[in-house]
Amino acid sequence: MAVTGVFMSSVADTHTQDHGHHGPAKGFSRWLLTTNHKDIGTMYLVFSFTMFLLGGTMAMVIRAELFQPGLQIVQPEFFNQMTTMHGLIMIFGAVMPAFVGLANWMLPLMIGAPDMALPRMNNWSFWLLPCAFLILLSTLFMQGGAPNFGWTAYAPLSTTYGPPSTTFFIFAIHIMGISSIMGAINVIATILNLRAPGMTLMKMPLFVWTWLITAFLLIAVMPVLAGVVTMMLMDINFGTSFFDASGGGDPVLFQHVFWFFGHPEVYIMILPAFGAISHIIPAFSRKPLFGYASMVYAVGAIALLSFVVWAHHMFTVGIPIVGQLFFMYATMLIAVPTGVKVFNWVATMFRGSLTFEAPMLFAVAFVILFTIGGFSGLMLAIAPADFQYHDTYFVVAHFHYVLVPGAIFGIFASAYFWLPKWTGHMYDETLAKTHFWLSFIGMNLAFFPMHFLGLAGMPRRIPDYALQFADFNMISSIGAFMFGATQLLFLFIVVKCVRGGEKAPAKPWDGAEGLEWTVPSPAPYHTFSTPPEVK
Amino acid sequence: MAENQTYYVPEQSKWPIVATVGLGVTLYGAASIMVNGNQGEPTTGAWITFLIGALIMAYMLFGWFGAVISESRAGLYSDQMDRSFRWGMSWFIFSEVMFFAAFFGALFYVRVFVVPWLGGDGDRGSTNMLWEGFQASWPLLNNPDPQAYPGPEHAVGPWGLPLFNTILLVTSSFTVTVAHHALKAGHRTKTKLWLAATIALAVVFMFVQAYEYAHAYQDLNLTLQSGIYGSTFFMLTGFHGAHVMLGTLMLAIMLIRIIKGHFTADNHFGFEAAAWYWHFVDVVWLGLFVFVYVL
Amino acid sequence: MRVHAKRAGALASGLMLPAMSMADWTVNMSPGVTSTSNEIFSLHMTILWICVVIGLVVFGVMFWSIIAHRKSRGHKPANFHENTLVEILWTIIPLVILVVMAIPATATLVDMYDTSEADIDIKVTGYQWRWKYDYLDEEFGYFSNLATPLDQVQNRQDKGENYLLEVDNPLIVPVGKRVRLLLTANDVIHSWWVPALGIKKDAIPGFINEAWFQVDEPGVYRGQCTELCGKNHGFMPVVVEAVPGEEYNTWLAEQKAAARKERELTRQDWTMDQLMARGKKTYQTACAACHQPDGSGAPPAFPALKGSAIATGEKMAHIDIVLNGKSGTAMQAFGGQLSEVDLAAVITYERNAWGNNTGDIVTPKEILDYKNQK
Repeated sequence: MAVTGVFMSSVADTHTQDHGHHGPAKGFSRWLLTTNHKDIGTMYLVFSFTMFLLGGTMAMVIRAELFQPGLQIVQPEFFNQMTTMHGLIMIFGAVMPAFVGLANWMLPLMIGAPDMALPRMNNWSFWLLPCAFLILLSTLFMQGGAPNFGWTAYAPLSTTYGPPSTTFFIFAIHIMGISSIMGAINVIATILNLRAPGMTLMKMPLFVWTWLITAFLLIAVMPVLAGVVTMMLMDINFGTSFFDASGGGDPVLFQHVFWFFGHPEVYIMILPAFGAISHIIPAFSRKPLFGYASMVYAVGAIALLSFVVWAHHMFTVGIPIVGQLFFMYATMLIAVPTGVKVFNWVATMFRGSLTFEAPMLFAVAFVILFTIGGFSGLMLAIAPADFQYHDTYFVVAHFHYVLVPGAIFGIFASAYFWLPKWTGHMYDETLAKTHFWLSFIGMNLAFFPMHFLGLAGMPRRIPDYALQFADFNMISSIGAFMFGATQLLFLFIVVKCVRGGEKAPAKPWDGAEGLEWTVPSPAPYHTFSTPPEVK
Repeated sequence: MAENQTYYVPEQSKWPIVATVGLGVTLYGAASIMVNGNQGEPTTGAWITFLIGALIMAYMLFGWFGAVISESRAGLYSDQMDRSFRWGMSWFIFSEVMFFAAFFGALFYVRVFVVPWLGGDGDRGSTNMLWEGFQASWPLLNNPDPQAYPGPEHAVGPWGLPLFNTILLVTSSFTVTVAHHALKAGHRTKTKLWLAATIALAVVFMFVQAYEYAHAYQDLNLTLQSGIYGSTFFMLTGFHGAHVMLGTLMLAIMLIRIIKGHFTADNHFGFEAAAWYWHFVDVVWLGLFVFVYVL
Repeated sequence: MRVHAKRAGALASGLMLPAMSMADWTVNMSPGVTSTSNEIFSLHMTILWICVVIGLVVFGVMFWSIIAHRKSRGHKPANFHENTLVEILWTIIPLVILVVMAIPATATLVDMYDTSEADIDIKVTGYQWRWKYDYLDEEFGYFSNLATPLDQVQNRQDKGENYLLEVDNPLIVPVGKRVRLLLTANDVIHSWWVPALGIKKDAIPGFINEAWFQVDEPGVYRGQCTELCGKNHGFMPVVVEAVPGEEYNTWLAEQKAAARKERELTRQDWTMDQLMARGKKTYQTACAACHQPDGSGAPPAFPALKGSAIATGEKMAHIDIVLNGKSGTAMQAFGGQLSEVDLAAVITYERNAWGNNTGDIVTPKEILDYKNQK
């Protein structure tokens, strides 16, 4: 909570610039009762980073156990709880809230709105998250242990064979879902209703566009997740047979419904990063974004396709061949709009005037490494080849390449890009570059060898492995420890930046564009009470 | 969009945090009731937790909606605010649609693929070797393992009470629309009467539904535990029933507000939101009637 | 294509820290020994090279910009931000590449799905945490358990060459014959994977999935369960041994004779010592994973048997729980998994080991009677 305190004092200093509004209240009640999008954004970001460290710690436990063959540190039962909780915490606790935090801070600033459309509901959306995670984490101390069936919670391992705490897990998911849905409704209402005069849809910054589409995806699929965990709840506690063949159900039904949520969820975790990167690359290339319109259409296409590709997560469950072919083709098709985005970013950099401050370093690494994740995704889309890749470390490598340098680097890039706006201070560039290079090396060291492990035949979610996998696992663990430890440096950089540093001008990046750079740094407690005019 | 200047950003509010505590305590209590019950442990404490949570939720709902109503009546809301509420309500209803879509999807998947496979048809028909003697049919009265899941004796036919209920709900959608037109025309008495009629239809619907459930449990041996037909039947109609209750509650509150003199001919979004919700509940029922009862 | 890959692999592994330990530095998929696995391998290499080439082009342009178009080198930014032609081109070209890629992928998939006309049908059933193979035409079947000793897992003993990839009874198949697998599971979803055969198929409780393969080279092919199936998911390997036809037939005859003998054993009279000896063996393979070798269990999920109410109480209740399992818990029904002899032996063992000393003997006949009366 130290960070909260620091944020509190720094933002509290700034309300002298208010235009006739009340500044923030004093003390902790400010955070409990706030309706201010900047406060709520800050809380989301702090919560997200806390969860990132917690989920990261669990990843360290996993990597420590996998450092060598044999069982050393934890028992398989606890190992499975760690993989499950690591996944849940990183997805629902770290990545999603981080993007909602960025949305809260930046959307109103980018579209010239006084706040989010429904400010009280906004605060509720946030506070439900700590509540949900309190329940989820409490399962670690329950009889029978925490959920141990992976974040995907496949039935019947999670129903008939799940620990008693599964019921608590289900309700925690429900609360997270309610939080996400309300957050998404707020985002859509804000974007559609509170744009400054003159800002037409096709003039909206890309971060706004990507969030609009992300919010649509959230509202479309979070209820489906709620539905499928409700079926679990009924199977466990009320004797229904959704996932039990002896009553006419099917365990694979769970997977279909789950992945109908799960695949759009993947894009929920990456589209906002696409948006942020589409601001950062032009800013540090000093050149307008290449192909704005095609960027918007590409995101739309990706979002729509995401609804018809879910079964590529289940190529080995025995789907009839027609289905198998359909899902293979649809999945391959996603490579087209994704490719367009990458080409556009590269074309934006081409013949620009490039500098490489920390946001740009993270953004360039994002483009390169996310593309590698995209390539392995394309390989996984080839259904016959997927028979060899599926549920091996190749998949683990793939989605960590998409999520770590994709989502997480996108978040770091955004954080460095907007920290001057949030705090009024420039962050320490040398430390930030150190953070980047250590993260970059650590991340590649941790996840690149996983491709080899998977191709050589190592299944995922195992606490112990055959001897031929030993060396790459050791390298991977070393990389993971390096990446993990490096994130403490990020904490230090942010705290330092909040506390002080070189004064940031309203527009600290000479190539940056957008309404958010027209307000002073730090952004006053209330901004755009009078909407700006957009040409 | 000059009215941006008057967009209402509320001051600090305790309701979100009350709502968080309320929801958390309610659901923690609910989970404890189930888990303790399964393990044969006493559930009294869990029930108390659940009820405390529910009370907090009730307090919050009165307080939060009360605050919004008084702000609205104090004229703090602009047209733009009204649009935010409209977007909010429409997307909320969309999220509800997707929730039902999950259960409808499950029903389709089971009927079109799973049950025929278990019965020996289609791409995975060899599955039938595990369930000798099992024959696919829908409604599924004989489950693959009748010992684990004794099947129902009969299914629920569509042309008796379900058809009656369909007529009730379709009529209620009509009456609530009449009430809405009356409100827009400023005929408040007419509004009250038609809204009251809507609520009456809703209440009759719920009684019929409760009667049907009792009949299913007592006479047909159709229960949640009677295999996938019972599972999908009760989950779909049950969640619909819960939404009918919520919708009826919303309409009842609107009636009380109208009686208290709230709403004007051109400013009554609360009423409209409730009406939208009611139409949504109605449309879901039509889907249910076709896919759960008729087909 | 394949030669290139091997060379690239050798080069890559040669460059990286030479020979750190005895483990190898495999960086690529192996082509395997079946037609399917070879087709998969060539698909894999094709798509990999497509990705590498696209990557080189895109990253090439990018790094050129990074190096040449730096502000520090005084590069002035251009101002273009649109070009319909290139945007259409870089939409169409990838699309064409994908179509080209989809054609062989479709062909391979169609081939994999052809499960008709097999020479041998084997039913593969996943259990927590072992596999059972039933030779459907021959009326016998057996379990295949992890053979790696616990001491190796817990680092009390040096790990063997096939650590975690060795079983007591491998799946035996003849070379040159088309084998069809019918996969299912008894409890949770498992997945049966042998990379060299190019087969990975989920074993789903209550459903049958089909897969086929034909191996032409005799050899031992190893794989693992690839769907998280609980605590010991990492400890249920798959081993397939392809043997020449002659050898297979001999083995088949032995197995059938053994199955017959097993049925006879049920009718034979057993002494306490015989039952205890056999029970101990059965206990180690079927029960020890959860209830622990010393009967201490891992409460609350896996209760202790040592001194437990069931193992020292009413005999019939004990038989009932072992044969029928306990619903809602991890205790499975072993009635169909173990022979009458093994059931009798293991129950006798549990009632007399670790100081339980009830002195009860449960005979195979009692088990048979119990099963028949049901």
